[in-house]
Amino acid sequence: MSVETHEAVHRHPAPTSFIRKYIFSLDHKVIGIQYIILALAAVLVGMTMSVLMRLNLSWPGTSWSILGTLFPTGAPGGIMNPDFYLSLVTMHGTIMVFFVLTTAPQGGFGNYFLPIQIGAEDMAFPVLNMMSFWVTLLGFLVILSAIFVEGNTTIANSALGLWLGGGSGATVGPIGGWTGYAPLSAVGAPAGPGQGAGMNLWIISIAIFCVGSLLGALNFITTLLNMRTRGMTLMRMPLTCWAWFTTAVLALLSFPVLLGAGILLLLDRTVGTSFFVPGGLVFGSSVLTSHTGGSPILWQHLFWFFGHPEVYIAILPGMGATSHILSTFARKPVFGYRAMVFAIFAIGLLGFFVWGHHMFISGMSPYSAMTFSILTLSIGVPSAVKTFNWLGTLWGAKIRFQTPMLFAIGFVSLFVAGGITGLVLGQSSLDLPMHDTYFVLAHFHLVMGVASIFGMFAAIYFWFPKMFGRFLNERLGQLHFWITLVGVYCIFVPMHTMGIVGMPRRYAQFTEYRFLDSLHPLVVFVSIAAIITVLTQLVFYFNLIWSVFKGKRAGANPWEATTLEWITDSPPPHDNFAGVLPVVYRGPYEFAVPGAPNDYLMQTEPDVEGAPVTGVPDNGHNGHKH
Amino acid sequence: MGRALAVIIWILTLGSVSLFFVKKWWFPEAISSHAAALDRQFMLTIIVVGIAFTAAQVGLGYVVWKFRDRGQSDRAVYTHGSNRLEVIWTVVTAIIFIGLAVMGQTVWASLHFNKAPVGSFQVEVVAQQFQWNFHYPGKDAVFGRTDPSMIDDSALNYIGLDSTDPNTKDDVVHSVIAVPAGQPVELLLRSRDVIHNFWVPQLRFKQDLVPGMVIRVHFTANRPGKYELACAELCGQFHFRMKSFMLVLPPEEHQALMALSQDQFQTKVTELLTKYELPAYQQ
Repeated sequence: MSVETHEAVHRHPAPTSFIRKYIFSLDHKVIGIQYIILALAAVLVGMTMSVLMRLNLSWPGTSWSILGTLFPTGAPGGIMNPDFYLSLVTMHGTIMVFFVLTTAPQGGFGNYFLPIQIGAEDMAFPVLNMMSFWVTLLGFLVILSAIFVEGNTTIANSALGLWLGGGSGATVGPIGGWTGYAPLSAVGAPAGPGQGAGMNLWIISIAIFCVGSLLGALNFITTLLNMRTRGMTLMRMPLTCWAWFTTAVLALLSFPVLLGAGILLLLDRTVGTSFFVPGGLVFGSSVLTSHTGGSPILWQHLFWFFGHPEVYIAILPGMGATSHILSTFARKPVFGYRAMVFAIFAIGLLGFFVWGHHMFISGMSPYSAMTFSILTLSIGVPSAVKTFNWLGTLWGAKIRFQTPMLFAIGFVSLFVAGGITGLVLGQSSLDLPMHDTYFVLAHFHLVMGVASIFGMFAAIYFWFPKMFGRFLNERLGQLHFWITLVGVYCIFVPMHTMGIVGMPRRYAQFTEYRFLDSLHPLVVFVSIAAIITVLTQLVFYFNLIWSVFKGKRAGANPWEATTLEWITDSPPPHDNFAGVLPVVYRGPYEFAVPGAPNDYLMQTEPDVEGAPVTGVPDNGHNGHKH
Repeated sequence: MGRALAVIIWILTLGSVSLFFVKKWWFPEAISSHAAALDRQFMLTIIVVGIAFTAAQVGLGYVVWKFRDRGQSDRAVYTHGSNRLEVIWTVVTAIIFIGLAVMGQTVWASLHFNKAPVGSFQVEVVAQQFQWNFHYPGKDAVFGRTDPSMIDDSALNYIGLDSTDPNTKDDVVHSVIAVPAGQPVELLLRSRDVIHNFWVPQLRFKQDLVPGMVIRVHFTANRPGKYELACAELCGQFHFRMKSFMLVLPPEEHQALMALSQDQFQTKVTELLTKYELPAYQQ
């Protein structure tokens, strides 16, 4: 590979105007920060929605006057109606999965650090990179607009609102959950409120998001394969890069399927095709004659063919960051680097063969359920391998407990807590009672939501000094960590038992069923824990803003880490390495090398003649040198 | 700090595990034939999960306690891993996880790989937004013809029964499902509009009703009583109150009920709904 030939393609001069520097920037670092800001905005919206949902579930029928003022149609008199609740379910899920869990880990941190960690000056396609961010932002604005178009009678009945599909006025946004199952999502107004313009905009937003992610994925893959600096062999890359690379491959293969499915769904809704709508549907005594012959299950196959890899898109970067940070603060090489790389591959590959476990009870062939079930439990094996290796990394370590490390250890704990119940849900038999209960909710929130977010918290506390030249406040960081860790356990562990009792998800109220009565104290407990945990995040936001301006100054390598982002200034110059691309001599995690002057050896540290050879594992294979 | 973190992790682990151990909130008592095997498989799985969860968390707590930086002068252990360990834990977890998956097939196969036994009691289920309709074939055990175009909610013809078909004469449609205790039941699941899901917690059974499809499933309910029936697939605005009841009746009582005409049937079901009480749920 020749680095030189690529320089002409991606090199661009440092911008001088404010707009080119901070708004329409081609610099991967600025774009990364833009993605992170987008995710921080989106997660505020998503968290607020979850608090509103908890209020409604714990204290149904209570009048919250502020709600009544803000959403006169969704909460008349301040009492949330079921339509409002369900649109919150839909918007919370969609915003969190797409605009938080997909943007921050990959578009944010991946964008900022992948080029630096492989010793490149920028992404392979800077313009494409800029476009992928702005397209994603457009998607976010479209989904926010869904709330107002669907729920506001004036807008819904305006010419534009009607052209977009009209609105029910009574609700706040689309109703369909983040999975948007057809035919509920496919037939429009006959299916009830929340199926008008809001649903169209929901689909359009996701389609736009798919395009943005695809552009990003192409860029990541090209950059990683072609732009590694001299000496940066694949097996010398930090595990973060492996994670971002695999994530990009998953995104490249799965988002087109969702994009296609979204377009088909939109066609069903707008021009009367019948991909997902069977004939002879009856709503309120009138037969829907506009459709015939479609399959509702086809939507589920297409959606989950994307939806399951999406889970790994959300969490793989967190795994990468965790491995990276564990090793750095353990002052010890990653245990089983090679096994970790293979485990990432195995998870990514198997992730494409297990989508059917979301559909055991959907009416698809029970024989395929058997196949999906066995493949699903197989995916636990590489996940367990990663956990063992994380523990192996900590074994015999000399651990420094700073906030990034606390969150990385929290990630391991939560990944185990959330992932392990996959052993229950992956069995088709056990899915019979468990499907669509709070047990499922608890499982995926812990593993895909909270664990991924802990990976991102670890990442932000770790890389903030590099990005802004200042530390995040350590005391506030620790306060944030302790309350959040305990908080998320208190929120999500009781949800498992709710699911065992049989509590169905996506219920606006639990007041109708006697078998759920006994759960009320747990429901209230969870809500209180959720409110406290969400409020604690304000400490984190304050810390971010405060530290950008007032944080303690950080040098080039404040954590005494080994990878390439730490050889350059904090923050790095426009071209990352001030014109001199680094040359790499060793693997990424050379800590505690016997005989070395420090307890860490930078990747750029050349081998000295006569010095002990490093990077040779004692088990006979060499995981780091080629 | 390391010690504090270890202790917190252990406390969280203890709290989590005890929530499952005390079983204050747990499955309602099962009433179906397949439930015993299913509950056993669940317990087996949850024990494996509990052991793995506890081991991992205790181990995590241990390493952060033990290997914290105490300001000692010696460095961490310099190792890049161990192929032997990798092989061991890969093989061991593969055996346990895939073993569980294979064992978990039994209940599924018993319900879904076999057709309903001959002589099963058949009910056609037609779900519509926020309402259940159960279509009983009557004495002749033959379902009358239905046609979506004949659906007329105002005339209470929710499933589009064709009154000109002689087989419909003794058919009954009701919002409550009544099944005989101890006898296999076959459901023919259909939906009028969107996807719904038939869910009775005591049955340990759940199945989507998909418009455009007829899905046949079977189970046997053994204990007479009245049980709550819920929709478990988001179906729109009032999903949370798409509720009905399942009556499991002693065979004679059930047989007598099935011989009734639509009007008598309705009166009788109302009577039965008061006669039978919901299980005494733990509070």
